[in-house]
Amino acid sequence: MKEHLVKRRILYDKLFKIIIILLTFCSILPMFFILFFITSKGISVINWRFLTHLPKPVGEIGGGISNAIIGTLILIGIATTFSVPVGILAGIFLSENRKGRLASLTRLCVETLQGIPSIVIGIIAYIWLVVSMGSFSALSGGVALGLMMLPIIITATEETLKLIPESLREASLALGVSYPRTIVKVILPAGVSGILTGILLSISRVAGETAPLLFTAFGSPFMNVNILKPINSLPLMIFNYATSPYPDWHTLAWGASFILIVLVLGLNLFTKVVTKRWKVQF
Amino acid sequence: MESTVLKIENFSAFFGENQVLEEVNLSIPQNRITAIMGPSGCGKTTLIRCVNRMHELIPGARVSGKIFLDSEDIYATDPIIVRRQIGMVFQKPNPFPMMSIYDNVIAGYNLNGIRLAKGEKDRIVEESLRKAALWEEVKEALYRRGTFLSGGQQQRLCIARALAMGPAILLLDEPTSALDPKATSHIEELIGELKDTVSIILVTHNMGQAARVSDFAAFVYLGELVEFGPSGKMFTAPKDKRTEEYLTGKFG
Repeated sequence: MKEHLVKRRILYDKLFKIIIILLTFCSILPMFFILFFITSKGISVINWRFLTHLPKPVGEIGGGISNAIIGTLILIGIATTFSVPVGILAGIFLSENRKGRLASLTRLCVETLQGIPSIVIGIIAYIWLVVSMGSFSALSGGVALGLMMLPIIITATEETLKLIPESLREASLALGVSYPRTIVKVILPAGVSGILTGILLSISRVAGETAPLLFTAFGSPFMNVNILKPINSLPLMIFNYATSPYPDWHTLAWGASFILIVLVLGLNLFTKVVTKRWKVQF
Repeated sequence: MESTVLKIENFSAFFGENQVLEEVNLSIPQNRITAIMGPSGCGKTTLIRCVNRMHELIPGARVSGKIFLDSEDIYATDPIIVRRQIGMVFQKPNPFPMMSIYDNVIAGYNLNGIRLAKGEKDRIVEESLRKAALWEEVKEALYRRGTFLSGGQQQRLCIARALAMGPAILLLDEPTSALDPKATSHIEELIGELKDTVSIILVTHNMGQAARVSDFAAFVYLGELVEFGPSGKMFTAPKDKRTEEYLTGKFG
């Protein structure tokens, strides 16, 4: 090959590399801007009082977000208790029955559920629970969030269990272990890292959801731990404060945003640790 | 006359419409090593998977005929009971990746929910690992994951796991096909030592291996049991022409 052709190729090669790096950089840039912006706006209000005090009425200086933090945790707790068992069992069903009419129907439903807008899920939970029970409640908000977590957990469980080698199941069955015990004691433990990852990701996915909570958890200026009463949550509080006309509340909304982001980022990092730590090598 | 541990009578196996085994009749002698040979796809693996009823896990699989373990029809017994009496070791070593070596050996009890005293467990683990010629290599590392071991060690761990249940019969499905020559000869040596404890059925497509370790040999071809007899006789003077052609490398 001629000298100049080789040189051109090397040049193309370098150019291509530069473009890839540039585009990658562009795609992560917004994330850093968001983080920087929220941190610079929100960090000024963060102190111990902000985390431990209740919100104050308009006009009074100060006030915290303790009820929103507790509320978010309670909502996630409710959502998790209800979606994890259902999600894991459905995931097991799907991975065990790759074909079959019920399985493909279930898969279709899961995909559809994943595509339903969160505001619609909120309305559904409103009709199911708020209307029938006669009150906005943490329970209805938790169920709405749980419905959103469900498809993520089901898919994660199914995909994880599908990857577990058949030889493992055979090893267990050949020892005379019954099918249910094989699933619970061999297949699930082998997939624990993938399933946990799915659960944690689904939590961090719904932790910042506002829409499904608008007609369900509703929000509350008080500290509430009764799951049958309205409850505050971080995204709801941010929504209410940010859309209010008071500059003082805007600052609090930035602070709450910062806390929410820290929670979600922390959860994501924790997920990475879990994935690594509990990974089962086949 | 050898005493018989397992009797296969008029046994046929099918996958859907496909017949994989045709009217097999075979008596497996007690405390001997019986090798089942044959070219790939001839049904030899299906045959031993029918013996511990793993065959029926595949959708569309069905069987006809009878298999007796000590005069008890295993197709009239719960498969879970059958599999505790007939252990199996697979082609690829498959220790449980989330368990330690110790837990792997005792897995048959733990997974079945059989509670044992700690001392009893320790005794079973040591005894099984000794029988599988693995004790000396792993006794310092019992609580490490089983997957840290080499391929040959993993396969011996799987043998120990099967032995821990105290089976009457041990099925070995090409146990050395995924191993290097050194590990293979180690396993072959081990198989020879094991026959005092347990009757062994060894599936192999390695004729050399069958000749080296087996007392009896069966030749399966296209789902049919062509010939069965003492290995010495079969390898030197096969009765059937097809056996002779296989052994001399004309096909297979």
